[in-house]
Amino acid sequence: MPAISVTGLRKAYGHLEAVRGVDFEIGEGEVFGLLGPNGAGKTTTVEILEGYRDRDDGEVSVLGHDPQKPGPDFRQRIGVVLQQSQLWPNLTVRETHAMFAGYYERPRSVDEVIDLVGLAEKRDARVKTLSGGQKRRLDLGIALVGDPDLVFLDEPTTGFDPAARRAAWEMIRSLRSLGKTVLLTTHYLDEAEQLADRVAVLREGRIVRVGTPRELTSSELEVEIRYRRDGEDVLVKTSEPTRVLHELTADAVARGRELERLEVRRPTLEDVYLSLTEEEAE
Amino acid sequence: MSAGTVAVERRGGSRGGLRLFVHQLRGEQLVFWRSREAAFFIFMFPLLLFVLLGSVYSGKIYGVPASRALLAGLIGYGCANTAFAGLAIQLVIRRENAILKRLRATPLPASTYVAALLVSTLIVFVLQTIALFLIGRAFYGTPFPGDPGSLIGAIVVGTAMFAALGVATASVIRSAEGSSAIVNFILLPMAFLSGAFGPTLHYPAFLRAIGDVLPLKYFINLVNAVYLHGETIWSKPEDLIVIVLWGVAGLLVAVFRFRWEPREG
Repeated sequence: MPAISVTGLRKAYGHLEAVRGVDFEIGEGEVFGLLGPNGAGKTTTVEILEGYRDRDDGEVSVLGHDPQKPGPDFRQRIGVVLQQSQLWPNLTVRETHAMFAGYYERPRSVDEVIDLVGLAEKRDARVKTLSGGQKRRLDLGIALVGDPDLVFLDEPTTGFDPAARRAAWEMIRSLRSLGKTVLLTTHYLDEAEQLADRVAVLREGRIVRVGTPRELTSSELEVEIRYRRDGEDVLVKTSEPTRVLHELTADAVARGRELERLEVRRPTLEDVYLSLTEEEAE
Repeated sequence: MSAGTVAVERRGGSRGGLRLFVHQLRGEQLVFWRSREAAFFIFMFPLLLFVLLGSVYSGKIYGVPASRALLAGLIGYGCANTAFAGLAIQLVIRRENAILKRLRATPLPASTYVAALLVSTLIVFVLQTIALFLIGRAFYGTPFPGDPGSLIGAIVVGTAMFAALGVATASVIRSAEGSSAIVNFILLPMAFLSGAFGPTLHYPAFLRAIGDVLPLKYFINLVNAVYLHGETIWSKPEDLIVIVLWGVAGLLVAVFRFRWEPREG
């Protein structure tokens, strides 16, 4: 049974249709990325799965529960990192973890979790003294302290400096090795590419593409070949890079010339993403 | 599957519920006393007022020594300050900081959360009342209550009513920044008009008329009857009725307007 399955999900706020028929499945132990620009419907989708919002239409199953009327163990089994939340500023890191641990029937050891999220040195520091990145680690820690099977991460690294992002990525990878299923939303493409087994690209409330990062980048766009000829930059876009390259190099060799600055570039997920999310702009 | 569900339900039954309640109550107490602002403005401030005003007032009020009447009034002020103002401000901040939203994603039931928060508030106010009596005894020779049962009854009813009004007020305040100003804008005039800091007999008639509809006035009436005049809580049914009506009104607004999630977005 998949950890999450969503069919024909729809949700409107007044006249605004935030989600307009979304389908996807997430397997157990999979890290799934929901990618899209602001307003694409990512957070609405995730909040429906977390049980915060009722859907207008469609079928949703999360760990075998309908999150709209969840059974008693649903919240025992999920961990949530909200896009923004602040905890009690005057409790310490350890007290905050212990507070949340007390809500669960089978919590993990508080000190283990604090070590896992890299806050060991801040164990007895008050929450208000933590940096932004440390606060996000605390959010992750309290999401893990109940030992959930499924973790929701809503834009977990927004506002991080590069070092903090790398550290957060390491932690999210460690969730995979713990066997957790992870649903991650992000508008950073490199983040999805680095972390997610599969990615769904959301645009205006619809999924425009689902696949592994590799599938998305290999099937979608033409390969770019660049070189210099007679001091001019030349760019060739092709879906048959082997044939075009062969012709180019054969020609150059026959004429005894070098293809200066020859470069073959496969599209990055960013290129794919931009082309998918900007299509309607034309 | 069904067997597992049943087992979880059993474990999450009344014993699990009590464990969660005690856990949350301890957490609420820790959060309250750790915050210097809360500990000062909610717990210490009425005590300081008592020490200051008690040394200024003299003679008799309502036919009893002024310090006794002042003590009764400050029990009223303390109750509104703790259960109404303190609770309202805390709830707005927790809602706007998405703490309430985050807690909704945990197995902690909303009813357990609310119960723990209310009992925690009651504990703070009961401690404050005890401190008021100890200070009064030490500095001004005020007696301990003659009928503690009636006083405890009055305190529980008053705290419940002000807590309902506090939750109701929190649910109509939109932002954390303004919450403290709005709540104090209600609390301080209410305390003066209700006679928390001294009798209102010499106030202009229209101010007294406003005071006559405020819930704090009726709570202070009740405390005066019990503490100053040695009556029981049942001797003032009309005051009790007004207090209950205010409580029900607060509860209705709270039930229909309360939100767990931040207002913005």
